[in-house]
Amino acid sequence: MIRLIINRLFFGLVTLFAVSLIVFLATQALPGDAASAILGRDATPERLTALREQLNLGDPVAVQYGKWLLAALTLDFGTSFASGYPVAEYLAPRLSNSLWLMAFAAIIGTPLALALGSFSAMRRDRGVDHATSMVTLVLASLPEFVVGIVLILIFSTGWLSLFPPIFAGGSGAVWQYPGQLVLPVLTLVIAVSPPIIRMMRASMIEVLESEYVQQARLKGLPEKTVIRRHAAPNAIGPVAQVIALQLAWLAGGVVAIEYLFRFPGIGLALMDAIDARDIPLIQAVVLLIAGVYIVVNLLADIVGLAANPKVRVSAK
Amino acid sequence: MSTSTTDDHRSDEAAALDIDGVTVIGRPSDVEIISGISLSVPRGRILGLVGESGSGKTTLGLALLAHCKRATEITAGSIRIGTTDLLAGTAAEVRALRGRGVAYIPQSPASALNPALRLRTQLREALFESDDAAARVREVLREVALPDDDAFLDRYPHQLSGGQQQRVAIAMAFIGRPDLIVLDEPTTGLDVTTQAHVLATIRSMTRTYGTAGVYISHDMAVVADLADEIAVMYQGEVVERGPGSRLLSAPEHPYTMQLLRAVPLLKTDGGDHPADEAKTPVLTVRGLEAGYGRTNVLKDIDIEVAPGDCVALLGESGSGKTTLSRSIVGLHHQFGGEVVFDGAQLAPSSYRRTAEQRRRVQYIFQNPYEALNPRKRVRDLILQPYAHLTGGKVADPDSVVATALERAALPAAYGERFPEQLSGGERQRVCIARAIATKPDLLICDEITSALDVSVQAEIVELLRNLQNDGMALLFVTHNIALVSNIAQYVAILNSGRIVEYGPVGTVLSDPQHEYTRALIADTPDFELTFADSPMHKSIRAAEKEHTAVEGGTKRPE
Repeated sequence: MIRLIINRLFFGLVTLFAVSLIVFLATQALPGDAASAILGRDATPERLTALREQLNLGDPVAVQYGKWLLAALTLDFGTSFASGYPVAEYLAPRLSNSLWLMAFAAIIGTPLALALGSFSAMRRDRGVDHATSMVTLVLASLPEFVVGIVLILIFSTGWLSLFPPIFAGGSGAVWQYPGQLVLPVLTLVIAVSPPIIRMMRASMIEVLESEYVQQARLKGLPEKTVIRRHAAPNAIGPVAQVIALQLAWLAGGVVAIEYLFRFPGIGLALMDAIDARDIPLIQAVVLLIAGVYIVVNLLADIVGLAANPKVRVSAK
Repeated sequence: MSTSTTDDHRSDEAAALDIDGVTVIGRPSDVEIISGISLSVPRGRILGLVGESGSGKTTLGLALLAHCKRATEITAGSIRIGTTDLLAGTAAEVRALRGRGVAYIPQSPASALNPALRLRTQLREALFESDDAAARVREVLREVALPDDDAFLDRYPHQLSGGQQQRVAIAMAFIGRPDLIVLDEPTTGLDVTTQAHVLATIRSMTRTYGTAGVYISHDMAVVADLADEIAVMYQGEVVERGPGSRLLSAPEHPYTMQLLRAVPLLKTDGGDHPADEAKTPVLTVRGLEAGYGRTNVLKDIDIEVAPGDCVALLGESGSGKTTLSRSIVGLHHQFGGEVVFDGAQLAPSSYRRTAEQRRRVQYIFQNPYEALNPRKRVRDLILQPYAHLTGGKVADPDSVVATALERAALPAAYGERFPEQLSGGERQRVCIARAIATKPDLLICDEITSALDVSVQAEIVELLRNLQNDGMALLFVTHNIALVSNIAQYVAILNSGRIVEYGPVGTVLSDPQHEYTRALIADTPDFELTFADSPMHKSIRAAEKEHTAVEGGTKRPE
């Protein structure tokens, strides 16, 4: 199994390398002069020269990329044009804010979705099941920012006014303001859950029809034991990949949500950076999001492997 | 619900199971799957429940545990286990009785054991009293001749062989010392040697515990060996019921006779001798070795098949027989050695063979439920390979389909059907029609009857015999030795990748040289001993001989 994990890890690194190449080519090595494209109307000869120097634009493209990649490996993404801070320093607190947001959404959303899917499967073809199917289908077809806007309309405006429509924050870490976190987290949960619910329902139905569940019932086991010990662990296996995809999607999904709620994370930083044509910042954030995506998928693979006794035992 | 009949039974003998007028219907169509079935089984006895697929025997078996598959429902009748009425009880009472009063041994333990749980967990949870659970688990494992150490209990189902899995399932059923045990075709997926072990285990366990058994099967031979009494089910009803010896020797219902006739008998008395004249073989395999990656599966395989001959490839699961047939047809190409077809060496991969070579060697797969594209009509299933292999346009597609279907004994109208509108036997006939549409010279049949009922199997074998009479060469892969003696002229016995014995069927089966062959013959259920000497069977055999004599006289004038 260790071998499999190392194998996956290797492919993860290859993917990350490919992403870095694309990011670099798309932002800095496009035909034309990147420096004047970045500075636009603000271009003065002195600023252009300074920028060309910082981006190594005088070198051949391969050398530019090499220098940039080596620096990126030491977490040196250069200096943000807009703020003047080093990118790493600027992003660190924002990354931790985003990770908190994603963690809350994942920790609340995944078990909830699994439970709802199982519940729906156990009441297959009854009212609850049909209702769940309808609602998840509708929610899955709505973009996350629409969900966020609807939630703001319901909970922040008019007579309810339960939660603030934007994240104002304060001096402490984000989790110290639970009231302000409710809406962003809820939006992410609603955006992430539907596919997990539907997949869990389908997988659970298949497992409940299986012969080993029938055999467990024929052994006279209480229904609770049948579900918890025999059905659920086997049903989650195929869903793990969908959970991974959804959680990895969170890394990109936070961009729109953070923008909507003015949440100070990497997503908002990315939007601001695009506004300001802050190339080093854009490069760093995109690489970060890709990194999160790869790590979450890797974790899901490992969990999936570890949950399969065939793989686990043969690796001994 | 208690009637006078149940009281009668209790007075003469303690019945472990007594069911009366049990009816199960399907929802929402309200079709009766089984209707008004009444049976009783005394303690320590085994009732054989025989019938083809779709006769409702599994539905009845599950009803004995008050379990219904999805969209079915028990609507009438009573089921008494000992003195408790199962259908009158609450869900909790039923649950308390399952495992202790009545237990179930499933058809395929591979799918009935939870893949994610250790054997220890699965065995222990079947036991309710937790005082000496660990000791009881070990005891019952020893009784089914499995290891009882911790290392074994820590295993997962996938780490066991098929026979071991089935014995774990048996142990799981006996662990709670039930009064009644329901066995649903527990040996279907096993080869004869393992089947013999499992049947012996079941027999000794029912004797030790005085447990009553209901043994469900489509195979009369297995039931004849094991059961004290036999009930024959047909279309949801018990059409005949009686002591095993009586039912086998003097069956009354026509359907029972049909079932008995369908069982292939193991002929060890010489059988058909192949013609002496030397024929030029159409297929010659010499020194074939095949494997997967670094694992070698087959070694030194030599086989010859002549036109009009049937060569049986007999072996148990894992002996390499499917690898060999796939190598010959070009589906498996990691092999060395010579495969010569009609004087020309065949390339290992079918991609490198000519269309003509591919047309002349056809293959029929084991499972007709998976070998037909569910989205295509029978007509297209037959025409597609035909058009491809005969080079483009088909001049008269209707007649090609009609001829192929006719040779496979199907009406031409079946061409418009989809596979799901066909029964298992009909599907396999379509597979045969598809293979023979191109008029091949060699037909490779890979266990083509193992997924089918015994009664259907007999029809398929008859069909193959007719094809053979028309001059087609057959390579018949099977694990069923009785079937070999009924269809093949030559047999190659395959054991762990080597041919251990090869020769004319009559010679090999009447005077087996290799100990493996002898063991195979010994492990085959002795159906012949109980049935073959019966007056009914003798008359059938006499009639058959006459029939073949007449047929042979007209068909082979040369």
